[in-house]
Amino acid sequence: MAVSSSAIRAEGLVRRFGDMVAVDGVDLSVAPGQIYGFLGPNGAGKTTTVRMLVTLLSPSAGRASVAGHDVVAAPGGVRLRIGVALQEAALDLKQTGAEFLRLQGRLYGLKRGEVGQRLKDLGELIDLGDALGRRVGGYSGGMRRRLDLAAALMHNPDVLFLDEPTTGLDPVSRARVWEEVRRLNAELGVTIFLTTQYLEEADRLADRVGIIDKGRIVAEGTPAKLKRSIGQDLIVVSTRGKLNGAVERLRALEAVERVEAHDGELTIATPDGPRVVGRVAIALEKAGLDVERLTLRTPTLDDVFLEVTGNRLGNTDDTDEKESQ
Amino acid sequence: MNPRATPTTTASGIERDRGVIRARPAGFLRDLISVAGRALQAIPREPEALIPALIIPLFFFAVNVGALADIGQFVGVSDFEAFQLPVAIVFAVTGISRASALVTDIQSGYFDRLLVSPVNRYSLLLGLMVADLVLVMALCLPVLLLGFVLGIGFATGPLGVLAFLLLSGLWGLAFTGFPYAIALRTGNPGAVNSSFLLFFPFAFLTTTFLPREALTGWLAAIADYNPVTYLLAGLRALISSGWVPSDLLPAIGAVVGVGVVSFALAFSALRARVSRA
Repeated sequence: MAVSSSAIRAEGLVRRFGDMVAVDGVDLSVAPGQIYGFLGPNGAGKTTTVRMLVTLLSPSAGRASVAGHDVVAAPGGVRLRIGVALQEAALDLKQTGAEFLRLQGRLYGLKRGEVGQRLKDLGELIDLGDALGRRVGGYSGGMRRRLDLAAALMHNPDVLFLDEPTTGLDPVSRARVWEEVRRLNAELGVTIFLTTQYLEEADRLADRVGIIDKGRIVAEGTPAKLKRSIGQDLIVVSTRGKLNGAVERLRALEAVERVEAHDGELTIATPDGPRVVGRVAIALEKAGLDVERLTLRTPTLDDVFLEVTGNRLGNTDDTDEKESQ
Repeated sequence: MNPRATPTTTASGIERDRGVIRARPAGFLRDLISVAGRALQAIPREPEALIPALIIPLFFFAVNVGALADIGQFVGVSDFEAFQLPVAIVFAVTGISRASALVTDIQSGYFDRLLVSPVNRYSLLLGLMVADLVLVMALCLPVLLLGFVLGIGFATGPLGVLAFLLLSGLWGLAFTGFPYAIALRTGNPGAVNSSFLLFFPFAFLTTTFLPREALTGWLAAIADYNPVTYLLAGLRALISSGWVPSDLLPAIGAVVGVGVVSFALAFSALRARVSRA
């Protein structure tokens, strides 16, 4: 058994499928009681990493331990200490919610009285109420997710893995799952490893965020620290046509820390946006740029993602939509 | 309220609690009962799967007796209903399994949910097989009942009826290994449905319609190698002849032989499916 002060630790974790390298040397350390957000686009290696950590896949190289047990040498020890809600809520639609949870309890060695106690505890926690007596096939997407979460918690795990827990949910159900995750962490002290492709989800929930792209962790830290690394304020300029040397003009301005150009969009990082925005507008005018939109805002994790990968995460519309609610 | 009482910190840095419900291995037998219980619970909730399994043997029994009774007498079968009853039973139990449900579990991710739990891996398959045994024996009952209504008696008495049920059930169980092997290897519902094709050579290239002595040419040659030939001979002996070891022992041997092959395939497929490679 590996002894580690981390709830989750991975060192040089690699997973290959034939010639394809899905996870390429991931290092992780998640402290007990922490919510760790694992952020990345589809196909970045998030799910493969989780499947290695929850003992469904063996690493091709590297090592990992969860709850103090090595995932390769002591998978049984890991399984007793983790709860897992995989990407799709994997439920038996013909069972009732209560039958499903009772079966989960039995598989984790809980005695009849203990199963009853946990059903009572979890019924309150996930607020499924009378629905527990109904067949799962009749549940809404949000109810299925909450039942899935309850199943993962049936045996009081030390570490909870949530693989894209809100993908496919409507905004109301998503907000409800977030609330549950926060409550679980705050009230029960469960360490939570959460993969997501939603920036807002990682930003709002996670104590620390790891950004994964093409199988590698490209940035890691608290959401605030990651965003600070971009600059205190961002001026984002959408343009039509050529940049006409605007990047060089902007870089020459006082208090401009960095200027990036991606796909007709200029991003100017500065410690003092309100003071600099006027100068930026003048410089753009002088460069003869056809400006479509100019926005002053604080950095988001998407900006961090853009900075470290050169691409947007690809779901900004979705995020914006939620942020405006 | 935090239900975790008196937390302590272990070498792993994880808070552990005294007096709090924690996971522990349930043990093989309890896992087996849990998996079988879920499968049995699902059966009455899937009438679309159960009804054809009930109707097909009764249908074939009626058709075979109606169409071939006279021919049977011509080749020396005096009681063609008694001759056909084991056929109906074989039709009732062969190919019945939870393999389709297993594929659904694999595709939905439920199987992965089971694999991240401490459940004993062998119980995942054996539990389904236990449920299959219960189901196939239950499916034998309406066919047997029809036989009794038609006046078919057992030369071996009530104990013979039990032996008949047990042998039929074990044959059904032995056959389940094939669809499970396909389900676990492929995870594909189409492939599992195609496994029904295996039923045809076993069920028809044998003494289904006529006794062994009346078969000729290639069919007679194949029937000699078909385990169902020996199974039917054993079941027919229990009805018509009594406790005849020369019929019963080959029948048991056929069930064991098929079971060994199909279980070897199924458990090898299970090992491949649960391996983390």
